Amino acid sequence: MSRILGLIATLGASVLGAVRAAGSLGLFALSGLSHLFRPPFYWRSFVSAFFEFAFFSLPVVALTAIFSGMVIALQSYTGFARYNAQSAIAGIVVLSVVRELGPVLAGLMVAGRVGAAMAAEIGTMRVTDQIDALGTLSTNPMKYLVTPRLLAGTLALPLLVLVADILGVMGGFIVATLKLGFGAPAYIVSTLSILQPADVTVGLAKAAVFGFLIALMGCYNGYNSRGGAQGVGAATTASVVAASILVLAFDYVLTEMFFSR
Amino acid sequence: MSAPVPKIRVRGLAKAFGDKQVLDGIDLDVMPGTSSVVIGGSGSGKSVLLRCILGLIEPDAGSVEIDGVDVLRIRQREREAVNRRIGMLFQNGALFDSLTVWENVAFGLLARRRMRRAEARARACDVLTQVGLDPSVGALSPAELSGGMQKRVGLARAIAATPEILFFDEPTTGLDPIMGAVIDGLIVDCVRRLGSTAIAITHDMASAARIGDRAAMLYHGKLVWQGPASELMQSGNPMVDQFTHGRREGPITMELRR
Repeated sequence: MSRILGLIATLGASVLGAVRAAGSLGLFALSGLSHLFRPPFYWRSFVSAFFEFAFFSLPVVALTAIFSGMVIALQSYTGFARYNAQSAIAGIVVLSVVRELGPVLAGLMVAGRVGAAMAAEIGTMRVTDQIDALGTLSTNPMKYLVTPRLLAGTLALPLLVLVADILGVMGGFIVATLKLGFGAPAYIVSTLSILQPADVTVGLAKAAVFGFLIALMGCYNGYNSRGGAQGVGAATTASVVAASILVLAFDYVLTEMFFSR
Repeated sequence: MSAPVPKIRVRGLAKAFGDKQVLDGIDLDVMPGTSSVVIGGSGSGKSVLLRCILGLIEPDAGSVEIDGVDVLRIRQREREAVNRRIGMLFQNGALFDSLTVWENVAFGLLARRRMRRAEARARACDVLTQVGLDPSVGALSPAELSGGMQKRVGLARAIAATPEILFFDEPTTGLDPIMGAVIDGLIVDCVRRLGSTAIAITHDMASAARIGDRAAMLYHGKLVWQGPASELMQSGNPMVDQFTHGRREGPITMELRR
């Protein structure tokens, strides 16, 4: 009997813990967003976070996008050639890159690169009292550290994904024309004919959501880190894992919302 | 004539973390323009006391009045206005390592937006000179400085906005005795020049005697003794005596486990 009660208690405690964590994350996000509308806004922090997100992530995201586009062209050719449906390859490449792989892969790469760095930086500031010091210097730490990063993530990732889209399609184009014997003009025409504006805009909207989530997880885990170097390490890991899972989960939700009709 | 109002008045302050009562009914008055030191062993709650007064930790009970205003029961915006009059030197400096030294020193000035960057930089160089650093240090990053220099920069940052109240969290910890004395001297100078009210927490007896006008000892979440800092070494209180003379035997037992 007591064993069953213990089991229920454990279950209840973990559920309560999860609810508490979700609540504190939600409050953290709301507080970070609310400072957008209350001056001052720290442009300097915003610009450096934006560069960190967009500009310095370009090489990683570009390489990821090119190779993904190339491999899709190659894989779909081997599959589709069996049914004499090679002509669909241009469409497969452009839709999968623009709708899914661009936002998701860019999101995952940026979560590993920028989200982790954010968690580590803010976490180190927390454990070395720098966040407390901000409070004693007429500066609200949420406003100074979190709000500019949330905005930077939300605005930068769509830009990055736009670049990733173009390069991903180009990767497919390179493989299709140089290796699989497609004619360049025909490939371009069929790419453009199948692509709808909504494919691009929804992909970019996804990217904005992912950028926000990545910045949020980096800031939240860093801000709440405890206990020295180990705590900062744990915060960094947690931010990457949580951001990656959230990116994939929200990808499904957003796809369901916009593309399932 | 009515009695002068204390600059800082703490009453019945209590804070527990889990089942550990860190502060247990603290009463403390600090008169304007005086310096108080709070001594106590590691883990006796000194830092928590300072952080409660500063508003970084929310106490469970009690009141903290600054200039007669209960700062625990005012709104966030008013609290920020109060904090603007407070400067704090953190134990390990807590310098912003993403900024240069002068940006650290000028941080509070720039945050108030009443000053251009060039002006703030000139002011930062001025303050750096006051704490005995060459203005050229301003262009370095905090990681390039020694521990003593970091303390000086931390002090410069704390006093840059000429606060009415200064807090010092273990100002000499981690420094050699000579550098400790130098930093203490700077602290006394700054407090005197600004006419500030100061609270320092420390477990360095020499430092306590140099900085403080008044002293108090914190043990098990309570202030077990208060008196003039000059009487620290001959207080007649067995706990203070044991602590100041560093004896192993006495009423204080070191808690190695909870």
